[in-house]
Amino acid sequence: MLIINCPICGPRPEIEFRYGGEAHVARPAGTETLDDQTVADRLYMRTNPKGLHFERWRHAHGCGKYFNAVRDTVSDFFVTTYKAGEPKPDVAALLKDQAR
Amino acid sequence: MQKYSAFELFKRALGGHQGWERQWRQPALKPAYDAVIIGAGGHGLATAYYLAKEHGVRNVAVIERGWLGGGNTGRNTTIIRSNYLFDESAALYDHALKIWDTLSQDINYNVMYSARGVMMLAHTVHDVQSAKRHIHANRLNGVDNEWLTPEQAKEFCPPLNISQNIRYPIMGAALQRRGGTARHDAVAWGYARAADALGVDIIQNCEVTGIRRDASGAVEAVETTKGVVRTKKVGVVAAGHTSVVMAMAGLRMPLESYPLQALVSEPVKPAFPCVVMSNTIHAYISQSDKGELVIGAGTDAYTSYSQRGALHITEHTLDAICELFPMFRRMRMLRNWGGIVDVTPDRSPILSKTAVPGLYVNCGWGTGGFKATPGSGHVFAHTIARDEPHPINAPFTLDRFRDGYLIDEAAAAAVAH
Ligand SMILES: Cc1cc2nc3c(=O)[nH]c(=O)nc-3n(C[C@H](O)[C@H](O)[C@H](O)COP(=O)(O)OP(=O)(O)OC[C@H]3O[C@@H](n4cnc5c(N)ncnc54)[C@H](O)[C@@H]3O)c2cc1C
Ligand SMILES: [Zn+2]
Repeated sequence: MLIINCPICGPRPEIEFRYGGEAHVARPAGTETLDDQTVADRLYMRTNPKGLHFERWRHAHGCGKYFNAVRDTVSDFFVTTYKAGEPKPDVAALLKDQAR
Repeated sequence: MQKYSAFELFKRALGGHQGWERQWRQPALKPAYDAVIIGAGGHGLATAYYLAKEHGVRNVAVIERGWLGGGNTGRNTTIIRSNYLFDESAALYDHALKIWDTLSQDINYNVMYSARGVMMLAHTVHDVQSAKRHIHANRLNGVDNEWLTPEQAKEFCPPLNISQNIRYPIMGAALQRRGGTARHDAVAWGYARAADALGVDIIQNCEVTGIRRDASGAVEAVETTKGVVRTKKVGVVAAGHTSVVMAMAGLRMPLESYPLQALVSEPVKPAFPCVVMSNTIHAYISQSDKGELVIGAGTDAYTSYSQRGALHITEHTLDAICELFPMFRRMRMLRNWGGIVDVTPDRSPILSKTAVPGLYVNCGWGTGGFKATPGSGHVFAHTIARDEPHPINAPFTLDRFRDGYLIDEAAAAAVAH
């Protein structure tokens, strides 16, 4: 079981959380004028990387808040978690810090 | 190819079983092929076999980063059924089911297909309604499926606990008698041997690392850890790694890769006559010919390529198994493992041409593609050879996500496998 660090409550076991899929998938503006491919890209296309993944989690059995995380999908190691609405963190710098 | 038969077995026995041929060659990668299949799982190998057998395309390589059948094909719980809701799905999965019937004879390899019946349990009013809707839809499509009362379900599967005192009492079940199981490794090995005999090169321990395109954008070569191979046709059949491989050609996919776990018990004498599945409480079970109980869980919660999942998922499944089959409560589990399954938004597969000329993709089988292996290979070979889909896979395009023609088995049943 993973230990996930909720930015509000701190480290908690995985079963308290719900996975929320890829993060930072912004809804394109001007819905009335969008073509089908743009809508499909947002709704269905996913990066699904083998490596670092920006993703959403919800602390469903805790504070109830959504937040974002960066996780390595090969090792399931969490590089960091951060509050919803905050910009993408500088992952390269974080990894360097952690290696030190 | 040395033909397998009772006579051959007898003859070799007299010679102390010396002189059996290797089942397939270990060829070196050639500089060019008419078609390259990426991924030597059941679907990739079946594709190569039907390309050679039905379309005369024999100058084919199947390139595999690990060993053949070592992906989801060798990790799955082998449930075979075709009772899907929508017409398109029923046609696709039933096409496969019909091939299973004679596959062992066709490829001269015992795949141990056993139509022992697949019973899907209903525990809630919603389950009952959904099961009955499936039964009616299936029968309109000529796919067998029937409703059983709890008593009939117990008669079909005596270990089943139909007591009203359990957490989710059984309200009935849908039974597809033609459903069952097959031996997963034998399916990969049998297709590999048959394809190899027709001239297909199976290249193991060779990872595809790039897809090269010419000035017009069409496929011209694939890069591998054993060198560059020129080819005008590439079939991607890489299951959990499909997004990674398609990204090499610059394409994004409607896929997410999740771990899916299974486990087996210590082997015991035959005790369990059929396959039982419960989607509501996330458990399914059958008994292999070796005697192990083969038990599967739902997917883990998050995407991952780690090929392992969390213990609480399997624990939850075993809770359900113990409640449904109290006689297994003291069984010990022998092994558990995970595979990486590629899940589409509508839980239907993609067997399709792509925006890149010469690039074809067969993926998105998620938690339930083993059952479709022969049919999938059959129609995908047609798609690659003719550069147009077979009528059966024509609806399973990549474009359906843009055009809004989803085949929404997810909403229909929310089922696994
Ligand atoms: C635990 C579990 C239980 C399941 N239970 C069932 C079930 O009961 N019934 C059912 O119908 N289905 C079931 N499934 C699903 C089923 O296993 C799959 O849908 C099916 O086996 C997919 O076959 P495949 O040939 O497409 O994929 P795979 O067998 O995974 O083959 C894909 C191959 O591509 C290779 N590959 C990937 N990337 C590259 C690359 N870059 N270069 C070269 N090779 C590459 C991989 O190494 C792999 O061998 C289950 C799956 C799992 C994990
Ligand atoms: Zn919290």
